[in-house]
Amino acid sequence: MESRFRVLFPVVAAFALSGCAATKDLFGFGPEEAPPPSAEPPGQVIDPEVERREVSEPAIDREDFEVGAFVGMMSLEDFGSDVVYGVRFAYHVTEGLFVETTIGQTEAGLTSFEVLSGGARIIEDDERTFTYYNLNLGYNILPGEIFVGEGRAYNANLYLIAGLGSTRFAGDDRFTVNFGAGVRFLLTDSIALHVDFRDHLYDSDLLGEEKTTHNFEGHLGVTVFF
Amino acid sequence: MLEPSTTTIPSSSPSNQSAWLACVVVIVALQVFIPGHAEAAEKVHRKVAVADPYLEMHTGAGRGYPIFHVVDRGESVEILMQRTTWYLVRAENGTEGWVDQAQMELTLRPDGSPVEFEEADREDFTDARWEAGLLAGDFGGANIISLYGSYSINPSVSLELWGSQILGNFSNGWLGSVNVVHETWPDWRVSPFFTLGAGMIRTEPKSTIIQGEDRTDQVGHVGAGLRVYATRRFLFRVEYKSYVVFTSRDDNEEVEEWKAGFAFFFR
Repeated sequence: MESRFRVLFPVVAAFALSGCAATKDLFGFGPEEAPPPSAEPPGQVIDPEVERREVSEPAIDREDFEVGAFVGMMSLEDFGSDVVYGVRFAYHVTEGLFVETTIGQTEAGLTSFEVLSGGARIIEDDERTFTYYNLNLGYNILPGEIFVGEGRAYNANLYLIAGLGSTRFAGDDRFTVNFGAGVRFLLTDSIALHVDFRDHLYDSDLLGEEKTTHNFEGHLGVTVFF
Repeated sequence: MLEPSTTTIPSSSPSNQSAWLACVVVIVALQVFIPGHAEAAEKVHRKVAVADPYLEMHTGAGRGYPIFHVVDRGESVEILMQRTTWYLVRAENGTEGWVDQAQMELTLRPDGSPVEFEEADREDFTDARWEAGLLAGDFGGANIISLYGSYSINPSVSLELWGSQILGNFSNGWLGSVNVVHETWPDWRVSPFFTLGAGMIRTEPKSTIIQGEDRTDQVGHVGAGLRVYATRRFLFRVEYKSYVVFTSRDDNEEVEEWKAGFAFFFR
């Protein structure tokens, strides 16, 4: 038994090895044939020196800033309504988000007390100018088109703003919070009309006790993008 | 005897203020209505070729505006203007419309290489040289509104210039200061910083409540805070500062300040 195995094993082993040797070329394991040596040394057939086209690209005109002016009506709590006017400056961060600063001014009228009492004055006449500045964050919440007549469509945006600032009135500066909504109506890609409604809130003690006053403003503005 | 200095403040006159405001309004209005200011000269615009199957033109610079025109592959467009991430382009047939940045990045330059647009990202959050922002908060019980500008010497160290208005119940004031800011890990999305600075504070007590004189004092402060990258060139910032006001009285005043706000960075 053992002797037969001794004979069989080398035979099987030799057969297997020779089989491997016979088939290995089939699978590409054989010795690689060297390519015939070229008769000539590799010379430069084509000069690869390609001239790069120098392309000077003009800078793209960025128009993320918006500047303009507005005029409207402002109602001061206890002090009547008067014309308000001012300036606006905005920077558009994304298509939705923008930051904005507004500076505005209006004149305070007479309180009911001052009217009824005749000559009495709560504040001096030269302190009746009401000036505010605000720093706001805004968001274009409803972009869309506004149709004028049958054949004209204008781009528009309904936006919300909220922010804080300061109000100077009656010889005092007061911390002021304001919020509101507006519509930006784009006449062209660079010129816009605005309709804005805002509420300015600040604490006042002019009429005796400290209270939060609401001062509503509605204005019409025009801005230019640059 | 010297004249009292209170009579020489020009900005407090309301008639001057309104005149100034009116001037600005008029100048801006003139800018708007001067004809032809947009088309002063025939400008040369950057041209790109459409490589995607098509380029969609919107009527306005935003996702909400409808697509009204499509430019086919192979045609070229001129870039007239950019607003945020939208580009106003003119097709070969003269049609003008707005294309968003994602589509513009699939176009090719005249030499065949892909178009790249400069855009602020996280890397600029760390490396940008300039920064400006707005913060508001509490300054020892009063409201404070602050604007600042910053210049980075390197990603970790920057110099800042601050201007603040303080609006309190008993007094108002102004605060200006210069800070040195050190960011320990400037490449983190939420990057902590430490700050040290000095400046001047102007305090104006409200005459109706407190009898007191306006005064100007030196201040020094230390503080710490976080800069948080939001998106594009936009970041949020919160900080705490502890001020020492060097008054002319016997005791120095200490004031604690908390503020939060946002800022932009520029290269």
